[in-house]
Amino acid sequence: MIAEIGLAVLWMAAALAVLQLFAGFSALRPGGKALAGVVRPLAVMQGLLVALSFMALIDLFLETDLSVKLVAANSHSMKPFIFKLAGTWGNHEGSMLLWVTIMAVSGGVVALVEKRLREDTLIATLAGQAFVSLGFYAFLLLSSNPFERLPEPAPEGMGLNPLLQDVGLAFHPPTLYVGYVGLSVAFSFAIGALITRDVGPAFARAMRPWVLGAWIFLTIGITAGSYWAYYTLGWGGWWFWDPVENASLMPWLAATALLHSASVLASRNALRAWTVMLGVIAFSMSMVGTFLVRSGILTSVHAFAVDPERGSFILALLAIYIGGALVLFGVRANTVTEGERFSLVSREASLVFNNVMLCGILAIVLLGTLYPLMTEAFGAKVSVGPPYFNPVGAIFALPMMVMMAVGPLLRWRRDNPSRISATVAVPALASALALLAVVLLAPGINLLPMLGLAVGAGLALASWLPLRGRNLRRTPLSVWGMVVGHFGLAVALIGAASESAFSTERLAAMNVGDRQSVGPITLRLESIEPVAGPNWTALEATISASYKGGAPVTLHPQARTFSSPPGERTESALHTRWNGQLYAVLGNEGDDGRWQMRFWWKPFVPLLWLGGLLVAFGGLLALIGRVAQDVKRLRVNDKIAFRKARQEALK
Amino acid sequence: MNSTTSTGGIKPKHQRLVLLVIALVALIGAGLLAAYALSNQASYFYVPADLVKVPPEQGRAIRLGGMVEKGSLKTRPDGITIDFVVGDGKARVPVRYTGITPDLFVEGSGVVAEGRMEGNVFVADNLLAKHDENYVPRQMGDMSAEQIKQVVAETK
Amino acid sequence: MTAETPRRAGLAMWLPLALFGAFLALVIWGLYRPANTEVASAFIGKPLPQFDLPAATDDRPGLSSAQMQTGKPRLLNVFASWCVPCAVEAPQLEALRRHGVEIDGVAIRDRKADLDRFLATYGNPFARIGRDDLSEVQVGIGSSGVPETFVIDGKGVIRYQHIGEIRAEDVPMILAKLKEAQS
Repeated sequence: MIAEIGLAVLWMAAALAVLQLFAGFSALRPGGKALAGVVRPLAVMQGLLVALSFMALIDLFLETDLSVKLVAANSHSMKPFIFKLAGTWGNHEGSMLLWVTIMAVSGGVVALVEKRLREDTLIATLAGQAFVSLGFYAFLLLSSNPFERLPEPAPEGMGLNPLLQDVGLAFHPPTLYVGYVGLSVAFSFAIGALITRDVGPAFARAMRPWVLGAWIFLTIGITAGSYWAYYTLGWGGWWFWDPVENASLMPWLAATALLHSASVLASRNALRAWTVMLGVIAFSMSMVGTFLVRSGILTSVHAFAVDPERGSFILALLAIYIGGALVLFGVRANTVTEGERFSLVSREASLVFNNVMLCGILAIVLLGTLYPLMTEAFGAKVSVGPPYFNPVGAIFALPMMVMMAVGPLLRWRRDNPSRISATVAVPALASALALLAVVLLAPGINLLPMLGLAVGAGLALASWLPLRGRNLRRTPLSVWGMVVGHFGLAVALIGAASESAFSTERLAAMNVGDRQSVGPITLRLESIEPVAGPNWTALEATISASYKGGAPVTLHPQARTFSSPPGERTESALHTRWNGQLYAVLGNEGDDGRWQMRFWWKPFVPLLWLGGLLVAFGGLLALIGRVAQDVKRLRVNDKIAFRKARQEALK
Repeated sequence: MNSTTSTGGIKPKHQRLVLLVIALVALIGAGLLAAYALSNQASYFYVPADLVKVPPEQGRAIRLGGMVEKGSLKTRPDGITIDFVVGDGKARVPVRYTGITPDLFVEGSGVVAEGRMEGNVFVADNLLAKHDENYVPRQMGDMSAEQIKQVVAETK
Repeated sequence: MTAETPRRAGLAMWLPLALFGAFLALVIWGLYRPANTEVASAFIGKPLPQFDLPAATDDRPGLSSAQMQTGKPRLLNVFASWCVPCAVEAPQLEALRRHGVEIDGVAIRDRKADLDRFLATYGNPFARIGRDDLSEVQVGIGSSGVPETFVIDGKGVIRYQHIGEIRAEDVPMILAKLKEAQS
């Protein structure tokens, strides 16, 4: 019964989306004002219905209703609660339903709370949102119905694959997903503003919290994904420039640029057409990412269920929405009037510089990701890796980070470089000292990590300077957010540069009892013993490690053999200290009975992920600050309106 | 498309033009830089026959795909460096690798090695043996059935 | 100059669309390019080559090409006990057998003891199992790896080749291919 309700409600929501599109469309035509009033309620209703439908699916999974095909194929009555829950979106149909749910619910929220935007722009936005979600409704209802029943209930579900019961796997994909879909709201706003030629500060303010929210999720998703790859692949690296990783990085780059250009538009009414363009690009990068990952068009080191047919569906949607938006942009962009002017030395100019740099990195990542496909069209087979991405990306990233240190200190519109030169001298000195220290103490490290350390040190200091001379209690949260976010990026940069500059590696064949050393750490292989887990058996090494002769700690890297489904995997072991991480991998047994072991000492590498989390935290602070500000403004406006009404009444 | 549609008056579109030019220059710069770097840094895929026929530059990053010849796998005394021969039925290339071999790496399996030529030896930084029981690596799809037959016969 | 600038700016506004068009053309080509992962689609529509394989286990007979022409479509599964995905597809083969499909197996370069253990662990859906120590049948029917599954029609002609393991969602498709092969 629940399944039928869920499906019926989903159909109703799709019907409402059609209505929303047409009502919105005709409300914007001359003489269609009558319909304008129904668009908001329709959007709210649609959001509620889809949420209901998604809850129905969650309920089916929690109850393990085995007469539903999706549940029987992906769940099992013995699964722990949390994995039953995660099973809801851990499959194609469920994840599509999650996609439309986030989309429709955010549309509903926009309809409910957005009061600053001109009414016709809001209606156009909601119509755009309905248009985008319709494609996904069609996909869901016509080719991947999540509520499909089996002719006969299955005796038991098939989804007790313990390999997939991993909390990281359960929450990492939906985190990225929320980020992707959140950018669709920004996209709809951009479309709405283009249609009604209303590209202005109000549009940017309305869009900004959605971009911020999506960006926070993307940041967390990328950080977690990077740590996960570092930990599970056992290769000691944290970023491989693999297509799947690039697919999540590209929307992040575009969203970061959008975030900053939207703030220029919101506070200074400049960069109008550029912000609209970025709104389109950010969402198209989400769809391109989803497409690249799902279609299997590029080969990846990360296992992922691919399906070319679904890939072509996403491609069709991509062509319709993004192609359509770009046509609209081509037609309308010239009618978007030029914004306020600003001088070459101003905060706007620094943000423009960084926007261009971010787009440059985006172009470089996109080209590098697609290059193997391009050369294949001409018959050559190549792969593109770090030797391309690292230096070419750095050419854009390092100047950008230098500008990040300076930009927030500049005034809007016009500034005098000499005003801030004394302030900037402090982080510049820090950079120079860091560079000097690295050159003197660690000669022979590569140029890129050297520059990374210098820029990172300067930026870490400079990111706090915007707080100088402010009353810290009365500093708006959004400023704190910026400070923490920029500081987080500096921290991550220092972690990455230090990992690449100072990592030491030791590869050895060891007998039990042998000693080795890596960096400042001495190691001893104590034993190798078989251990067993729920669905695996493993050989587990016991290693005692001591930092500079201090008290030893033990690590247990494993080589696991899984029984269902069969497979082998190395399970690396980590030991984290405040100043670095020891990474141990157990390899195979050689013919002579010695064990292959691989160790890394990676100084300050945890800063990398700590920095990523700080960036996300900065985003969160800014989001809270912005929303609180908006709520306050709304309440003040209400109060004024209320007083006015009362005065009128008294008269 | 003339000044009538613009800001509605005399305001020149100077700033927009400057911004546009900057953006275009930066993007075209990024594109050219990317194209240049890609043509230098992309690592080409070779099968042993090509590698012998048209040897790549020494030290340039390339990838080599083929079958690990049976009986060719030897571990050096240090216990972590292995030597083996990758063949495609036409040519054979000696490979050296230092590190932990992937789980699926055995004699007779397909392998893609990332690395470079040093002298006549291919020095691998990384071995990818994933899915090799399942599929021939995509890049090896061009091998003819005849070649595969030979390889299979050799690795038996 | 001033008269020209807006128009030039106007053209630039169409640049993103042009780039997007190039991207679309590239990925559409990529998506529908001839799948060169398959070495052997050339064998579809051809009759099975002549072969006569000895039995690989004690409890199932061996396999010869003549036996494949039974007038009824059947599956030919190329597998090995040392192959991980082959174990993954075992439940699906069992499901197909329960649907009344006859399945013949070819064990590639296998040892009897390993094979017996494999079949005991993951089930034995096969009617006959031939032993192919030289991969001669495998190469003869254009299979490049294990597991692969072929739909053979009643006259012994290869009608469909499935590369990689059969997943649960592939079962209906395989059944449909078998039905197709009946006509």
